[in-house]
This record gives sequence, C-alpha cells and structure tokens, in this order.
Amino acid sequence: MSELLVKNAYVIDPINHIDGEVMDIAVKDGYIVEDVGPKATVLDAEGCLTLPGGVDSHTHVCGTKVNFGRYMSPEDMRAGREVRRGVKHATSGYSVPTTYANSYRYALMGYTTLLEGAMAPLEARHTHEEFSATPLQDMMANTLFDGNWAVMKAVAEGDIERVAAIVGWTLSAVKGFGIKLTNPGGTEAWGYGKDISCIKDEVPHFGVTPAEIIEAMIQACEMLRLPHSVHLHCNNLGTPGNYACTIGTFNLVPDLNKTRQSLYATHVQFHSYGGSDWKTFCSKAEPVAYTVNNLPQIVIDMGQVMFGKTTTMTADGPMEFNLYRLHHNKWSNHDVELETGSGIIPVLYRKKNLVNSIMWSIGLELALLVKDPWRCLLTTDNPNGAPFVKYPEIIALLMSKKYRDAEFATVNRRTESRVILPALEREMDWNEIAVMTRAGQAKALGITGIGKGHLGIGAEADIAVYPLKVGEIDPAQEYQKIIDGFSKTRWTVKRGRPVARDGEILVHGENTTIWVDPKISPEHDMSHDPEFTEMFNHWYSVRMSNYPVQDEYLKRNLRIETEATI
Amino acid sequence: MIHEDMICPFCGCLCDDLVIETKGTEVVRVDNACTLGSHKLMNAGKHRLKGPIMRDSGQWRDASYEEAIEYAAGILLDADRPLLYGWSSTQGEAQGTGVSMAELLGGVIDSTTSVCHGPSILAIQEVGHPGCTLGQVKNRADLIVYWGCNPTEAHPRHMSRYTTYADGYFLENAFRDRKLILVDVRKTETASIADEFVQVKPGGDYAVLSALRAIVRGREDVVPPTVAGVTKEQLLRVAALCKEAKFGALFFGVGLTMSPGKYKNVRNAIELVDELNRHTKFTLTPLRGHYNVYGSNEVFTWMTGYPYAVDFSRQIAFYNPGETTAVDLMARKECDAALIVASDPGAHFPKKCLEHLASIPTVLIDPMHTMTTPLVKCQIPTAVTGMDAPGTAYRMDGVPIHVKKFLDLGYPTDTEIIGKIFEKVKEVRHP
Ligand code: SF4
Ligand SMILES: [Zn+2]
Repeated sequence: MSELLVKNAYVIDPINHIDGEVMDIAVKDGYIVEDVGPKATVLDAEGCLTLPGGVDSHTHVCGTKVNFGRYMSPEDMRAGREVRRGVKHATSGYSVPTTYANSYRYALMGYTTLLEGAMAPLEARHTHEEFSATPLQDMMANTLFDGNWAVMKAVAEGDIERVAAIVGWTLSAVKGFGIKLTNPGGTEAWGYGKDISCIKDEVPHFGVTPAEIIEAMIQACEMLRLPHSVHLHCNNLGTPGNYACTIGTFNLVPDLNKTRQSLYATHVQFHSYGGSDWKTFCSKAEPVAYTVNNLPQIVIDMGQVMFGKTTTMTADGPMEFNLYRLHHNKWSNHDVELETGSGIIPVLYRKKNLVNSIMWSIGLELALLVKDPWRCLLTTDNPNGAPFVKYPEIIALLMSKKYRDAEFATVNRRTESRVILPALEREMDWNEIAVMTRAGQAKALGITGIGKGHLGIGAEADIAVYPLKVGEIDPAQEYQKIIDGFSKTRWTVKRGRPVARDGEILVHGENTTIWVDPKISPEHDMSHDPEFTEMFNHWYSVRMSNYPVQDEYLKRNLRIETEATI
Repeated sequence: MIHEDMICPFCGCLCDDLVIETKGTEVVRVDNACTLGSHKLMNAGKHRLKGPIMRDSGQWRDASYEEAIEYAAGILLDADRPLLYGWSSTQGEAQGTGVSMAELLGGVIDSTTSVCHGPSILAIQEVGHPGCTLGQVKNRADLIVYWGCNPTEAHPRHMSRYTTYADGYFLENAFRDRKLILVDVRKTETASIADEFVQVKPGGDYAVLSALRAIVRGREDVVPPTVAGVTKEQLLRVAALCKEAKFGALFFGVGLTMSPGKYKNVRNAIELVDELNRHTKFTLTPLRGHYNVYGSNEVFTWMTGYPYAVDFSRQIAFYNPGETTAVDLMARKECDAALIVASDPGAHFPKKCLEHLASIPTVLIDPMHTMTTPLVKCQIPTAVTGMDAPGTAYRMDGVPIHVKKFLDLGYPTDTEIIGKIFEKVKEVRHP
C-alpha cells in the first residue's frame, strides 16, 4: 500500500470544473482518494500549478515507421544524445528519439498518457514491443484501416455490420485502441503509385470512395461502442486548396454520439490550405474553423508546425513522395499489404520560407478561431509539424499576443497578406490550456471514465506539478516563464508514484497498454467467416493464425471490453 | 503431434506455413519447408551440446550453468572494452537484454549485419529506402529484379511465396504475367527462367546501375556501347521493362553489398528505384540472410538509435561503422573480452580477427558445436528459438513474426541465460 499527498496544489481540473483552487490531493495505490493517513509521503506543491497528467491524443512514438525514421537518420540520433545516468538509459534522437528518450522527455513535461497515431495491424507486434520500452506513459494505438481490403469490400457491398465485424475482429487481434483512417483509399491507390484527390474519387479496383469509407466507419465505430471516435487524417494532405476537401469531409459527419464527437480530424493545419498552387498558397483556417464551430460532432487537433528540423512520417505514402519531390532530401516508403502504407522524409521548416511561415500561422489560427478549446487540441502531429518538446512554446504563443507578434516579425515578410494571424487578439487562459493538453484530449479519446485527464476521486493518480505560480505571472507579457514552466515539471506523478522531479527521471517505470476488445455476437465473428479467412490465407504473406498479437506482448494492460450492437 | 502454421527459423523469409510432426523429442516430418529449412528442423534435437563446457589448461570439461554464467559475467566485468557480438539467430527479447547489458558495461554491441547488409544500411542512411512488405510484391508486382543474389540457393522459397511462382491478387496469371530480371556476375540456376539475364563483370555493378539511371532519365546518349560487359541494347531493354512495369520489385543480396563499391552500389540501386518511382511504382528490399538479423537492427534502433555497431564506452550510444564494428575492433585488437551469441564468426571473420578472438576470454552462447567453439574459453548451450523456445523475429521486410516452439528439451533460452549474466553484472556494476 502506498500513500501520497500532494499538498498546497493550485489545481486546474476542467473535467471536474475546478479552476484554480488551492487544495491537497490524496493518493492511495495509484488512485486519487478522499484522504490518506499521516504516514503518506508528502509533496509540497507550494501553490504551484497542478494539472492532471498530460494526454497526447495524436503522436508518433512507436512502431515500424517511427523506428525506420530512427534507422535512416543517424544525424538525428546524434542530435539528441544524453548519457546514461542512474535509472536513466542513454538516449538518442531529437525529432525521432529512442523509446526511452520519448518517454523521459514526455515525463519531464508532465505527460503520462499517449496515443500512437498510426499502427498497421500487420505490424502491430512491433508497436507493442516499443510500448514495453516506453515505461513512463500509458499507451494506446490507433489502428489503420484506410486501405483495408476486407473493409473496402464490405463497404462496396453496403454491409455496415460486416464492416463493424471486421474492425472489431482486427482491433481485438492486434490489441488496438481505435480506428484510424489515413488518406482513406489513397494508401491503397498508392500501391500502384496513384493517389486520391478527394472524397468523391473512386479507389481503383475497389469501387468505393473515401466518403463511403468514412461514413461506413463512423457508423461501424458506434456499432462497436468504441471509446474513441473515428480518427481521420483527411485526403489530400498538404496541397494548396485542400481546405475545400476538408470542409466537404466534415460536412459528411453525422452526430451519432452523446458523450463525445463522432469524428476526430487530426493535424488540421495540414488540411487548411488555400490557393491553387505554391505561388498562391494561403491560409484557409477561417472557413475550416467556422465549419468546426458549427459542427459539434467534430473535434480537431492543430498539427502545429514550428520552425526547425524535424522528420515527417505518416501512413500517407503518396503525400510523403510528393513532399520528397519538393525537398529532395531522402525518402523512405513502406507499403503494407492489404492495409495501408507509409512514408518518411526529413524536413527543415524555415522562417525565411513563405510556405513554412504560412503553415506556422495556420495552426495557431485554427486554435484561436475554434471557440471551444475542447474541440481543438494542442498537437504538432509529433514529429511531423515539430517534435513534441516544442509544446511549451506553442502554449506560450496561444497565451500571448505579444509573443505571437514578436515571432511574426521574424517570419517571411510576405506572410502578412496570406494569413490573418496578426488580427487575432485572443489570448488563452490557464484553464483553456489545461483543456487543450489533457482534459479535452482525454474526453475526445473517451478515457475519462478509466480515470484519465482529471483529478476526481477514483481517477488514476497521474499528476503534473509545474513550477508556475498562476497569480504571480502574466502570461501575456512573461511568455518566457510560460515556456520554461511547461518544459519541466517540479513533479510528474504517474500512477501515484513520482517519476520525474525538476528535470530528473526518478524511476524506471512500467506503463499500461490500453486496448479495446469489442464483444461481438458469434454470427458476426470473423474468425469463422469463410470469405474472410480465405482472403487472409490467400493474399496475406502471413497465416491468419499467426496474425493476432499474443498476450505476452502486453506487459501490464487494460482491456476495455465493449458491448457491440452486432 | 502435429504442429501447424509453424515458423522456419532459418532465413529472412521466415516462412510461417510449416507443418511439423513430432514424436516425443523427435521430429518425424516437416511439410512445406525448403530443403534448408527441413534439414534444420528435422535435426532439431540433434547435435546439441549437453551442457556448458569450459576450457581448463587447453582441455574442455563440463561445467554447470551457474559456473559458466559466473564466468561470463566475470570476464565482461573485468574487461576494458567488452564486445557483445552476434544476435542474428536469436529471439528479439535476448537482443534487448543484450543491449541493456552492453549499456551498463560500457561495451560495444554489434550484430552480424556488419558482415552482410551493413553497407545497405549506410546507403539507406544517405538516401532512404523505398520499400514495402512482401505481400505487396506478391499481390502486385509484374516485374521482379534479383540483383547480386541467388534466391534459389539462399532463400529457396522466396520465389514461390513472394515473387515469381506466387499467386497475385491483381495478376490474372501471375507466373506468365510476371517478368523476371536477374543481374549477377555468374550464371546461376535461376538464370534459366529469367526474361533477362544480365551478366555483369565483377565489380561492374555500380557502372551498370549508373547506366540504367541515365537511360531512365532520358540520357541514353551518354551510355557507351557496353558497360561492365553488358551491351547497351540489353540495358535499354532492361530499362524499358522497368518503366513499363506497373509494379517493379528489386531484391538484392551480398553480391551487391560486398562487391567493390559496397554501399555506393546500394545507394545507386536505391536512386535508380527512386527515379523509377517518377514513372511507375518500384520498391527495393535487401534479402536478409539470418532469420532475425533484421530484428537485431530493429531492437538496437529503438533502444539506442542505431541499427548495429553501437559503442557505449562514453555512456552515450555512439555509432561509427568501420570503427565500432566487430571486425574492426578485433582487427585492431581492441576488445579484451567477448560474448558471442547465436552466430558463427569462426566461419566468417578474417583470420587476423580470429587470432585475436582466440587470445582473449570469450564466451559463446550457442546450442551446437560450431567453427567458433575452438576459439572460445566457454560455451553455454541454449534452446533454439523456433524449435524449443518461442520469441520475436523480424522478417526481411520488417514484418514482426512470433516464432513458436514445438519441442521441449529442457534447455534455458538465450534470454534467460543473458538475463542471468546481466543479473550478475548488476550485482557489481550498479545502474
Ligand atoms: S525459405 Fe527460408 S524460411 Fe522458408 S523454409 Fe526455406 S529456409 Fe526456411
Ligand atoms: Zn499523425
């Protein structure tokens, strides 16, 4: 039995409507409780800002594609090396850090729960192996279905129950968390070097459109009663004028769920571009944010770009190849049979570059223009827009118009006529930041019920104490203090145990993998479906019996069983 | 007992459709494997060392596991520059424990990659890697290129499972619709079924790749009448086949990575594939030899940032192939103790390196007597992954496979033995 008391904490806990109360948080055996005994270990927060542990609802930290990013980039590995010391392993990597480096750096910033944004089912075992080596955060994996043959065939037949049955079987088999669609249909087309330009194009050979895939998956997701909604990386990422496709996609989405959104659209910055080519490229954050404001069934994340070097990596193979043709650095591609694709290239976002400067503006505009912070979450699509260690700077930009203006003065001069950022006065408050970095993310992922993203009684004791005295700092003026404060917690507590203090890692840790196991009726069980098993054993390069991820790949894990309606 | 859908722990194809029949601890029948795989599996329980052996004034004697583990920990702790080498034929779990131990010891960890596809990795680190999973090739490719390799001999089921003889979803008559180009310095068996056999003069791969790149870019005017023994007519035909294909897949082996030009050859091949992607779909895959050599690259990478040749002597992970690779450390007589796991440097390393290896305290973890045995001071037999131990392995295309066990012979696994050595090390060297 372990007891802990975080005393004199200045708590902001949006889910429990606590906005700046000084209180004590009692912890017993990893959970938040009413009271603890006199022998409890005491951490005196001395009135510092105390938030639920950070939740990243879209990041790329583990799996085949991430590891290939490391493998091909010794230059990036050298840029992030730290020595082995105490419990801390040696680390490498700046934009694609090693698993330990990811885990330590997130922990130092107070993050305790991460969603890996893209796991190819065929390669799920790899993701889970890396989860085991990411000790200080609880992990979940969004599972890729964008080019899934069985799904597309069921969609073509109009059989949504079958779509749900296939998704449910696959999630259980690969120990996935939610449905991810990356450029739906486009990754299949890329199998023959083609792409899809928007939601009405037909996927070659399969007779379905992205719109049909998205609509079917949204319904299937609800049939399976998954905690999280469909998580979508829209078609046509990164191209001038793509905002129209993005808005068209959003307008497809029905409102099907009372407790959360019906669609989570990720890294919308990359999808809010105007202009007809790179010469006329401009921001269309305004119409996109307007659409989001009018559709409560949609939640987005920013996908903010920050200047500097990084590595882009997505399941969107065709997009990465196009990007490569612009950057001419180095390019890796990895298509996954019957399922999806992926691509990786290193990039450098430069202030001198007009397009990069506009991209930087768009992410901020989206966050400032979406009225409800619960519906626009803070991400960089790590590491695509920037490595996650840049989050504190983004927080400061959102809290300070003065900082935005100071930065704006340093970007490409022609940016001004292509964006509206300088006209936006909004400055976010502490509560809004807490929503955008944990409470909103937990709610969108549907994990508040398992004690994530808040500090109520019974919640997991994941707590971040920042060296920030809310009453004594003016974020609008003192933005450097905001950056410093959010970069390094005084304490990060994971499951009731202090894991980081003032920039030091204290323990080795052991994470929990959270996965979903939909309970489906026997007549919809795909493991005995002749067509499905036949497809498997004929066209996959592994046998169906060797496909599911064995239990031993998950050390500590939390299985969420859902009662599917099929 | 019949075991279905078993995985062959031999080559990088990691075939997962084997049927193995056992009677007690005997394997009586193996179906679906090639001759290499069946030979290994049929003899699964045979030729195993009974228990650890240690050398006493030149003579082998039996030892207990405890004693051998104690000895291994001792030599690693005593060393200034311990080397942990091998790792290509073992479980991913053992590889991970090895990395952690190397880190704590401040040693060097390297895999057999440095003597096979190390140059491929160097090339990928310069220009990237347009690849895909093998099922993607099987279902789509209408053109297969094998360069500097002989799949019939080294990966016997590669052609039947993934390329020439495999069914393809998008191909009506896969065998007939799929073209085959073979590039090699000598005519091998596979040449007889190739649509084009391109015989390159030894050392000429780089030039031939450059000529093909020029043609694909529309600059055939700069190509001379013959390039490294290959006529311009044939080069034009090959380039046309590549451009006309809907999906081309290039596989290459040590004939490209270890011939003059080394990593530059691979870089040129990648850049050719890159160029072809501007016309059609084209991918490239190194034909990895040992069944889990790619797994060692994966595990080392997520733990340290680098795929092989990682030096922890400065408490950071440091990577510099040519300096921190096993062959080079031995040639410079730098390492003063070695732990060799699941590999046989005795059969592959230069004589100079082996002389050094024989002169330092060395422990071998391997189930059988190998060419390395005579060079070491102690050998610890373990279970064979894929026979009497389960574990994780990564196929040549990066697909992770859970390798299964079908025998129980009572041996500890590599992970267990290395874990125990690590425990002993930790008693002395605290994290
Ligand atoms: S091709 Fe390789 S993996 Fe397949 S059976 Fe033969 S040796 Fe084993
Ligand atoms: Zn992403």
